[in-house]
Amino acid sequence: MINVTIDKKALQVPEGTTILKAARMAGIDIPTLCYFELNGMNFENKPGGCRVCMVEVKGRRNLAPACATDVTEGMEVFTSSPRVLKARKTVIELILSDHPNDCLQCEKSGDCELQALATRMGIRRIPFNGEQSTYKIDSTLSVYRDMDKCVYCRRCETMCNKFQSAGALSGVNRGFPSVVGTSFSKPLGDTSCINCGQCVQVCPVGALTLVDNIQDVLNAIADPKKTVVVQTAPAVRVALGEEFGMKPGEIVTGKMAAGLRRLGFDKVFDTDWSADLTIMEEGTELLGRLTKALAGDKNVKLPMFTSCCPAWVSFYEKNFPDLLEYPSTAKSPQAMFGAVAKNFLATKMGVKREDMVVVSIMPCLAKKSELAREEFAVNGNRDVDFSLTTRELAHMLKQCNIDLTQLPEEDFDNPLGQSTGAGVIFGATGGVMEAALRTAYEVHCKKPLPRIDFEETRGLEGIKEATIDFDGFPLKIAIAYSLSNARKLMEEVRAGNPNGYHFIEVMACPGGCIGGAGQPYHHGDSDIIRKRMEATYREDAGKPIRKSHENPDIIAIYKEYYGEPCGHLSHEQLHTHYFNRQSTVEFEK
Amino acid sequence: MSSIKIKKEVADKIEAICKSFNNDASELINVLHQTQDYLGYLPTEAQEVIAKHLNISPAKVFGVVSFYSFFSMVPKGKCPVAICLGTACYVRGAEKIVDAFSQRLNINVGETDKDGIFSLNTLRCVGACGLAPVALVNGQVYGRLVADDVKRIIEENKAKFGI
Repeated sequence: MINVTIDKKALQVPEGTTILKAARMAGIDIPTLCYFELNGMNFENKPGGCRVCMVEVKGRRNLAPACATDVTEGMEVFTSSPRVLKARKTVIELILSDHPNDCLQCEKSGDCELQALATRMGIRRIPFNGEQSTYKIDSTLSVYRDMDKCVYCRRCETMCNKFQSAGALSGVNRGFPSVVGTSFSKPLGDTSCINCGQCVQVCPVGALTLVDNIQDVLNAIADPKKTVVVQTAPAVRVALGEEFGMKPGEIVTGKMAAGLRRLGFDKVFDTDWSADLTIMEEGTELLGRLTKALAGDKNVKLPMFTSCCPAWVSFYEKNFPDLLEYPSTAKSPQAMFGAVAKNFLATKMGVKREDMVVVSIMPCLAKKSELAREEFAVNGNRDVDFSLTTRELAHMLKQCNIDLTQLPEEDFDNPLGQSTGAGVIFGATGGVMEAALRTAYEVHCKKPLPRIDFEETRGLEGIKEATIDFDGFPLKIAIAYSLSNARKLMEEVRAGNPNGYHFIEVMACPGGCIGGAGQPYHHGDSDIIRKRMEATYREDAGKPIRKSHENPDIIAIYKEYYGEPCGHLSHEQLHTHYFNRQSTVEFEK
Repeated sequence: MSSIKIKKEVADKIEAICKSFNNDASELINVLHQTQDYLGYLPTEAQEVIAKHLNISPAKVFGVVSFYSFFSMVPKGKCPVAICLGTACYVRGAEKIVDAFSQRLNINVGETDKDGIFSLNTLRCVGACGLAPVALVNGQVYGRLVADDVKRIIEENKAKFGI
């Protein structure tokens, strides 16, 4: 242990602790800008570049960056001496001198860490008047880039490369023109970007934001010719409350349903319902592949990977074109819902396909890109028309004078509204696996599960592995979040699957969808993600039905419409195929 | 699915360069140097192919190429002109020499003239501070320059290329 004094407060900290972390242990909050950490989730951005966290160390000539300086025995640190305050203000003023001051119109206003810093430090004028960076606006269907606002903290770059191993972003150029850019400054959509949007979730300013579709949805609702139905993803209900000042982990399912009805949606449905449907299809597909493999069929592709996460789908299409037969062909719950709504529901309601608008509320930015996949449309009419994030839903409610906290609890509409606990847990890493196991076990073993909770699939470890006893058959599973972890598993599979996995779940975002890029900004507080996870399992435990195959509305739709899971009609509507989207080298003559 | 178009012989040469460094990503700068020696510059296709062989992202390669002033993404002329802007040359009026070349050749710094003969660049200290200000033209050092020397230097080098 090391003895250190910070602002005259003496404490002992383990060797290798930075001044920043030691100060936090002492309850002293040194401001930061570039520094970003997701505690316990293997993500740290520590370029030491912004110089906002500079502190004075007794006996040291110059100021020290608290985020990148380890404490030493007997060190005396001052975090708010006159010299420190002067330097910190100057640093912030210099950053602001190359930052547009359009806070009033900025998407990030209110959530901007630079704005908060300027407020906290009492910046009232910017004495420096120099050159300003100018870049072209760039946008995919999910991510909007206004690099004039970039403060070069490089959080996005670390997220893109270290956490996701997507490799779309890199620091480019030198000196004043330095910026986080793409290869050869191409539009982001033409790169290896997978639209996970985690760069947006960690951007401290308004340089990276989402593509806002609120007006599109308001227009659809206002159009009397349109029947507008909405579906809400599992992870939204455990995070939406945060935008209305509620504590992280508060469950707002009923209030959210009420709010969506107040907004004017004709039908308020639940993606949890189509998550149950996904389990029926994916679980059946898994059992089918296993049965064939056990019968000696060498062509069966195992392990099967889940395919709910559109960033993950994009990732394997761009990086592992040789393994496209491994992921499940089941569409994601968002896409399945759209297909059911525009085929089954529209007919049932007597509405023409073109007159139905399907809106999804997602914790995700990648869903905005997923819905535009050509194969998820019929004659150009998309199965899902618009996808809003949790944050956009909160903005929309506020715009329409709806205070979530004041709403009563209401139920979803039927028949696409009733879900089980298995659908609920899709929102957390390991949840799809657990939901699939609950159903696959009972279908395969033809007897009730001895215990419904699979503890081995839960928790925030980056890669989890387990062997599940399927009535004598050892089912080997793995669960990963972050695509750098998924890459490791894919490379194992490419090398011949030495661990003999049968089924692997992958989610791109920290902790699964609960840490999605469309969720309220967590600003690096990973406890928020933990609270959302606890809430997810609480919601599951409180559900009267907790297995997808016991959902009466799921049983009913197979009886009435689809026949059987993985049958002809479900293959047509609920399954998909994947494309090689890797860049290739062609030779010129 | 995007595709990178490149001449086969160029792709083969780049592959051989990467292989000579065991496709080791930490040798990126050396790979870039040799590729630039071979091609005269580093076009985007070359960077993409290098990225594939070293198993790193093209963004990372571009990040390095755009960081170091020695690397160029525009083809250099047959007769590269580089003016030293190191401290000694700078205080002895190197900027005026840059302006003179820029005006006479009708190109900006970092560009190549339309005939592909002259390209204009700046660099930091060639270790000939005693001769400041210094220009490196087609590998030859010209020292103690004044703006009026520029016309003569250009003509001299044009003659070398038979123009």
